[in-house]
Amino acid sequence: MAGKGKVKPKKQKITMNLLWRQRYLLLMSVPFVVWLFIFKYIPLWGWTMAFQEVKPATFSLPIWERTFVGLENFMTAFKDRLFTQTMINTVGTGILDIAIGTFAAIAFAVLLNEMKFLRLKKLTQTISYLPHFVSWVIVASIAKNFLNDGGVLDTIFGTNLHLMSTNSPLIWVVITLINCWKEMGWNAIIYLSSMAGIDPGLYEAAEIDGANRFQRIWHITLPGIRPTIVVLLIMSIGSVLNAGMERQMLLSNAIVEDHTMVLSWFAYKRGIGNSNYGLGTAIGVFQSVVSVTLLLIANKIAGLLGEDRLI
Amino acid sequence: MYFFALILLVTLYPFLNVLGISLNDAMDTLKGINFVIPRKFTLSNYTYVFTSNDFIQPFITSVMRTVIGTAVSLVCTTMLAYTLSRRDFVFHKLFTVIFVVTMYVSGGLIPEYLLIMRTLKLGNNFLVYILPSILWVYNVILVRSYMDGLPAALQEAAKLDGANDFQIWAQIIMPLCTPVIATVGLYYAVGQWNSFMDTYLYAKNIPTLQYKLYEIMNQATMQVDIHSATNATSTVTPTSIRMAVTIVATVPIIVVYPFLQKYFVGGMTLGSVKD
Repeated sequence: MAGKGKVKPKKQKITMNLLWRQRYLLLMSVPFVVWLFIFKYIPLWGWTMAFQEVKPATFSLPIWERTFVGLENFMTAFKDRLFTQTMINTVGTGILDIAIGTFAAIAFAVLLNEMKFLRLKKLTQTISYLPHFVSWVIVASIAKNFLNDGGVLDTIFGTNLHLMSTNSPLIWVVITLINCWKEMGWNAIIYLSSMAGIDPGLYEAAEIDGANRFQRIWHITLPGIRPTIVVLLIMSIGSVLNAGMERQMLLSNAIVEDHTMVLSWFAYKRGIGNSNYGLGTAIGVFQSVVSVTLLLIANKIAGLLGEDRLI
Repeated sequence: MYFFALILLVTLYPFLNVLGISLNDAMDTLKGINFVIPRKFTLSNYTYVFTSNDFIQPFITSVMRTVIGTAVSLVCTTMLAYTLSRRDFVFHKLFTVIFVVTMYVSGGLIPEYLLIMRTLKLGNNFLVYILPSILWVYNVILVRSYMDGLPAALQEAAKLDGANDFQIWAQIIMPLCTPVIATVGLYYAVGQWNSFMDTYLYAKNIPTLQYKLYEIMNQATMQVDIHSATNATSTVTPTSIRMAVTIVATVPIIVVYPFLQKYFVGGMTLGSVKD
């Protein structure tokens, strides 16, 4: 954390005198530390609920008076009739998100990088990340207008495509593509800035050697951004289970609900909807633990393959 | 060139289509929705949205939370960031660590919900839009990194003149931080304006515009107050109202977009320099 190249002050002894001299700094920071404890550390402490039976009536009890149930909440969650389907949906959407999302962002960045007119390139990029700043509610409203039965796409193709009303994994693809539409331009920024770091001399040399455009992309651009791709992939694998609750909820409807239920939503449904706080927390804890494990595994594999590691 | 045209079409057509529908006569829209230029131009959808009590209140709530939330967040963020940027501050290291830790581990949905609804009892209270999101640790770190880059001599000069730390923050540091304040200000403002989940979870009784839009979206048949909605020439339908609300909720983003351009994207690289 300590900034590089800065001289670190010698370790100070905490004395009343020093605290008094820094009273303004204390006044300017301690309230926020209190805020931090309330809003960030107390919920963290709430993880203990995963191992207890906590219902609305027992919530106000001090922790030692609640019934400790060990892993029972987790067992209940795994045996839940919705659990298997929820897991499949979460992982399915997550993997599609990573695969299609990464591919689209890279492809977009590569194409943009090949554009000759700087003005037009800038303008294209600017337009492309407009949807990133728009809320999911708005995106959902626009998407429904486009994809619902009788929507714009149906009109264009002249048939009913049932894009958002087929109770099948098709909805994963639809949600992923909507996500792609929203985030592609934004996600491409980081690849583009990574491409800007590639030595232009390489392109010139390749051109002299007679490499065509495709060869230049394949042999120079893509290898050039490989470290970036790997780091971002590792990070995204850690979040494969976190497929957002917000967009699933907004894009779902009664017909497709079986295939849009994801872990966070499931946790909400059981924890708050059914007022079983312990169970809901357990699902959340499960999600976090698996995420961290996946992140570590992906990191390890990247290391074994000789790529730069994240951690 | 083709690529440009394609991106233009794919990105903007959905928005323009919605805009077209929102400006089109509601009855005419029922005949088909694949158009950009209104076939039968009318402003009655917007008139309805801006005169119906269903939407005025949410609109005000959205504006209020954006303005108040952003202002409060900016003051708090820069204040805290300043203390963390002071390497001679006794708790400089400790505080930095306990804040950064929360970027990586969080309690999750249910414990947060219980804290806000059961322990703090903030349900359906306007404060629920402000308090939990006062600080985004990421933004604090962003501002702190920026402050680290400011010349130290200025502060020392001010100190010799007898200014206390609070005055240094308010009078010396803040004016120098305009670019980074603009960046995180936009982060907060866009976050506040776009926020939907907190209303859904905690404050359905004080809906924001985003939540209202969600409600209309999920009502197949919305209760449209016919008396206020109908005049001699026009009628409104849930679809066209939804489109008008979508546009109303999008416009502020489009308005600040040039600034987003300048500062937001800059902020992405700003954050990666340090930390």
